[in-house]
Amino acid sequence: MKVSDSAIARLRAAVESPDLEGSRYHLLDKLGQGGMGGVYRVEDSILGRQVAMKVVAVPDSTSSLADRLLREAQIIARLEHPGIVPVHDVGTLPDGRVFYTMKLVQGKRLDAHAAELGTIPERLRLVQKVCDAVGFAHARGVLHRDLKPQNVMVGPFGEVLVMDWGLSKIIREQEATRPSDSSPILSFVSIQDGTSHGSVLGTPGYMSPEQERGDNTAIDERSDVFSLGAILQFLARDLAHSANPVARPRALTAIIKKATAVQPSNRYQDVADLSSDLSAYLDGLPVQAYPEGVFVGIWRWVVRNRVWLLMVLAYLIMRTLLILWRSP
Amino acid sequence: MNKVLLGLMLGGILGAFDGMTAWFTPAVRNQLLMIVFFSTIKGIIAGICIGYFARKVHSLPLGILFGLAIGLVLAYAVAAMPDPSGKHYYFEIMLPGAIVGMIVGYATQRFGLSPQPAHR
Repeated sequence: MKVSDSAIARLRAAVESPDLEGSRYHLLDKLGQGGMGGVYRVEDSILGRQVAMKVVAVPDSTSSLADRLLREAQIIARLEHPGIVPVHDVGTLPDGRVFYTMKLVQGKRLDAHAAELGTIPERLRLVQKVCDAVGFAHARGVLHRDLKPQNVMVGPFGEVLVMDWGLSKIIREQEATRPSDSSPILSFVSIQDGTSHGSVLGTPGYMSPEQERGDNTAIDERSDVFSLGAILQFLARDLAHSANPVARPRALTAIIKKATAVQPSNRYQDVADLSSDLSAYLDGLPVQAYPEGVFVGIWRWVVRNRVWLLMVLAYLIMRTLLILWRSP
Repeated sequence: MNKVLLGLMLGGILGAFDGMTAWFTPAVRNQLLMIVFFSTIKGIIAGICIGYFARKVHSLPLGILFGLAIGLVLAYAVAAMPDPSGKHYYFEIMLPGAIVGMIVGYATQRFGLSPQPAHR
């Protein structure tokens, strides 16, 4: 008996789909597929809302994939920030697959949204929002390690959410945010990083050189700074290749260069430094990454205060003309 | 510096400077002190009004426009007073007065600080 390709695809989808029988969730559709498993749109029948459900591919709650998924959920749960997608629930499905549910984010990924961002300031403000979320995670002792445009969602009102904390790493514990040991499903999961020295985690083009080398001991906040610099680079390059290409200013190039320096010691030492340089750039102030000459500084001051200077100039010219007009 | 104080100081300084330019008009040079005094007072009054407006209305264009209007009105009041020979100096007083008003309007909107909310 011959089975058509579409029938095989349907069968495969049915097998991969999570068994939500008897749970509070009803499956609606599949949103995407990742390394660990799939992400589905489901309806929470108790609260009457749609949420996103991430489910591991393997129906075994003791597998390493299940551990990783739970670890990811635990990490996100400790990061309550408007720029980080919140986790609502975590558990095991009747088919043995571990899942967690999170806010269903409506919007576009940054790589798709970039085409709609017309100007450099618009793009930089967006990166600043990513910096805010990542800076918050760093303050809570968490590194993302996989920052890239595909992992940033931009909502319909311009809200920015950093997604996919599956590769995140905890660099220091904080008592105030440590999850309770009383939760039985989480008790077997070590919240510490599950990666060993030598394993390469991240996305080429966005991961730092120390990540590429698999030197996990060298990875710290500056590795995420590198990825943020690569996102900046992506947005600036994308604008240069758009229908209305915009020349990239030197100060912005210097910011990108500093953020993506090969040596971590040459990068911004934390995300706040990068964000503050972006703010300075947006406000027309000198940036840390680009030491400017005296004339450039004077010119920038003149451009920033042009309205004020034009009025003073208008006053002086008019006063001079009036004096000349009245002079005998 | 708060907006009213900034308006007062800037209005006073620019008013005094504007008054001093009367030195270049030989016909009124002998009244220079009086001109500088009244010009300073005019600048201070205009500055306070513009600073108060900036505290209430947070808009750069409206601030500049209000400065222009106040500068013109006060300068007209001064220019309407003739010199001892009965001559009026409408252009010499009103045009610079209007621009000075605009400068103060811009400065109070851009640089002056709004009052902070009270803390309990």
